[in-house]
Amino acid sequence: MEIKVKINGKVYQDNIDADMLLLDYVRSKGCYSAKRGCETANCGLCTVWLEGKPVLSCSVLAMKANNKEVTTLEGLEEEAKEFGAFLADEGAEQCGFCSPGFIMNVLAMKNELENPTEEEIKEYLSGNLCRCTGYMGQLRAIKKYLEQKSKGE
Amino acid sequence: MRVVNKPIRKKDAMMLVTGKPVYTQDIAPKDCLVVKLLRSPHANAFIEDINTTIAMKVPGIECVLTYKDIPQKRFTMAGQSYPEPSPYDHLILDKHLRCCGDPVAIVAGENEKAVDRALKLIKVKYDVREPLLDFTKAKDNEILVHPEEDFKALCDVGADNKRNLCSTGNFSYGDVNAEFEKCAHIVERTYHTKANSQAMMETFRTYTHMDLYGRLNIVSSTQVPFHVRRILANALDIPKSQIRVIKPRIGGGFGAKQSVVSEVFPAVVTIKTGKPAMMIFSRSESMTNGSPRHEMQIRVKVGSDENGVIKAIDMYTLSNAGAYGEHGPTTVGLTGHKSMSLYAGANAYNFDYDVVYTNTMGGGAYRGYGATQGIFALESAVNELALKLNMDPVKLREKNMTAEGQVMESYYGELCASCALDRCMEKAKEMIGWDEKYPCKDMGNGKVRSVGVAMAMQGSGISNVDVGAVEIKLNDDGFYTLMIGASDMGTGCDTILAQMAAECLECDIDNIIVNGVDTDQSPYDTGSYASSTTYITGMAVVKTCEKIRQQILAEGARLLKTEVENVDFDGQKVYTLDNSSSVTLSEIGYSSYVAGGGCITASESNFSPVSPPPFMVGMVELEIDKLTGQVEIIDYVAVVDCGTVVNTNLARVQTEGGIAQGIGMALYEDIQYTKEGRMINNSFMQYKIPTRLDVGKIRVEFESSYEPTGPFGAKSIGEIVINTPSPAISNAICNATGLIMTELPMTAEKIAMGILENEKN
Repeated sequence: MEIKVKINGKVYQDNIDADMLLLDYVRSKGCYSAKRGCETANCGLCTVWLEGKPVLSCSVLAMKANNKEVTTLEGLEEEAKEFGAFLADEGAEQCGFCSPGFIMNVLAMKNELENPTEEEIKEYLSGNLCRCTGYMGQLRAIKKYLEQKSKGE
Repeated sequence: MRVVNKPIRKKDAMMLVTGKPVYTQDIAPKDCLVVKLLRSPHANAFIEDINTTIAMKVPGIECVLTYKDIPQKRFTMAGQSYPEPSPYDHLILDKHLRCCGDPVAIVAGENEKAVDRALKLIKVKYDVREPLLDFTKAKDNEILVHPEEDFKALCDVGADNKRNLCSTGNFSYGDVNAEFEKCAHIVERTYHTKANSQAMMETFRTYTHMDLYGRLNIVSSTQVPFHVRRILANALDIPKSQIRVIKPRIGGGFGAKQSVVSEVFPAVVTIKTGKPAMMIFSRSESMTNGSPRHEMQIRVKVGSDENGVIKAIDMYTLSNAGAYGEHGPTTVGLTGHKSMSLYAGANAYNFDYDVVYTNTMGGGAYRGYGATQGIFALESAVNELALKLNMDPVKLREKNMTAEGQVMESYYGELCASCALDRCMEKAKEMIGWDEKYPCKDMGNGKVRSVGVAMAMQGSGISNVDVGAVEIKLNDDGFYTLMIGASDMGTGCDTILAQMAAECLECDIDNIIVNGVDTDQSPYDTGSYASSTTYITGMAVVKTCEKIRQQILAEGARLLKTEVENVDFDGQKVYTLDNSSSVTLSEIGYSSYVAGGGCITASESNFSPVSPPPFMVGMVELEIDKLTGQVEIIDYVAVVDCGTVVNTNLARVQTEGGIAQGIGMALYEDIQYTKEGRMINNSFMQYKIPTRLDVGKIRVEFESSYEPTGPFGAKSIGEIVINTPSPAISNAICNATGLIMTELPMTAEKIAMGILENEKN
């Protein structure tokens, strides 16, 4: 079937199989930041934004993005660098495989929640699994990042 | 120190956090054949007949391979130095299927749909046999997991396939029975630990292609590139010179990728077809046919005098190798040696073990490598001994813990040259508020808060086996290239090795560029496992820097037209001792690139006759709901002695991550099988790993000793950190409820049932 999707500001038109997943579609367009970590919508590695809202691209059909706008980490280069620097300064990216999906959700949280508490942060991001870090370094990075953001720097 | 012992950013950090394509699947050629396996639905069966004719007719299918098409040369997938202690019990494709998911056929095609279709069209007639699933009944069982005649063990590990034995052995020091007779208090208990999945976020994956020289290139997510080269040459029966292995970035390993799990399948396809091929394990495959932690049953007997001084320890470990013996004979050893050695003052030790084959998934290496299971058992027994003595478990440990200067008879007779276990205990007590909180506090709402304690140790590399080497080159303009043979799998070894080089060469870390593993270019390194990289390869960096420094001095002296005795090097320039003239490193670099200048490059390898243990103390505060048995982790405190901390950030994150994994193992991670031997919980939906809501607060501090044989006094950090949660949480559960937990995971159900049982009595 025919779809027309805007990915990171660029419009693509394709004839795709009806069962193609959004994750495979964005990867086929070179957006390799989105990863597959499970097949059961549990890990959060494939998180992208659909119309500005985070979705698990492994559980969304590509055709659902027809006439819509998809954002991956490749489209948020500056924001990724800005928050990523905080993560890097904690050593909390470790293997880095979960980082893009995690960062997509952190950036979505920043847009959605104002001054989130520690509990709200943990809950918002509970669907982003990480096996390396034990989550503490990620939390330190988020707090420092949000603090800087709230100062308007 | 300027660069070592600092929180330096990982060299690859910014590429990773901006989502750049750096992992195996991201960089694979787009025309790779998709490779998948037809996997056995039975735990024990023989292929009577297999027909691939129809499957081959599916459009887009390149090849369908069965055992008839594959070299029948047994090997082990364990990434260990040759000769491997793991028996040669594996074939790429075998007529005998020994566990559910064992590969029956390899299918390669142009796209996933075609491959999936072909998989369904392979006709197989199985001769299904009764599986052997209970590892406590495996030894001398009439069902043989490896009845084949060509089974062989290269090392004397006590393997006997006609008895289902992967390995058997004993260690003894002193007379335990005589000591136990003199003991005032004895605890004897059997513990059961389960198989766990490493659950690294990037599953097993490899792509292969033929390069312009006609050699097989393997790009793989592996911890052991050099072992992959050797193992594949064995398995494929081709010369090692025809294989090149490249390691890109890795999405976590934790030991899983110390076995050759995915590499052989695309490699066979590329050899047969000449085309690039890629195999990506699904999460479910990674769960059902990966390389999990060995399930074990461990009997511990520990005795003390009336004052709580431990006199003797006796342990027997029965380990479930599963269908294949990867890492079976070696993991079991650590259950004894790396637990009993926490108590070096005992007069006698005995340790016996059997590793048995069953028709469950073959085990492998998982962070902690047997020490985790052994420490859970022994530390739990020591906590029970404290209970018997009516003594604070911290005090009992303070009386008995291994100290610097002691000879550890149960640890290969090694001298404990560096140990700050006493300071770790003191610090942990203070951080968690042990004296105020021990043993528990009833919260008045049906919940009890309690604390628990455990100690742990590990090794630093495998003594007299592991080898690490690096090469350093000086380039024009005076920057260095550090060639590394150890696998950075997210742990940050590329960075910490560069830190050490920058420290030695008195330069900025940005002046050292690193080059990860390519077996054609990197100096030989056994690989990243056994907590070896910082300690073993780190020392190779120190040695190499000493050598290259001499070359820089010599070249500087030549350019300054003086003797080498008259000059020194400060990292930026070589200068005459009378300060009359100097030449910059940049100039030396340029001069080495033109006629007359010498090539400035050095490579040193390193091994160690000892494996100095890091030590740590873990303390947990948790809350138990007495009605439901639900455990909530409130606070976890870890104080680690890994010698000098090379990178304070990375060591901290390693510790936090290890503890989170350990919490999962303690409370809910458990590989379960149906009565037919099929794994039940083969997804993250069912096999739950901790989320950020489950780990409470984890706090880490370091109390460093100085290891004289390590680089800058460093020991290891990677594995030890997973060892304390199971025994510490068990201790806290006991302090809250009086329950002695003997089986992992300690689920809410087991705790609630235990509380009910207690109330009945």
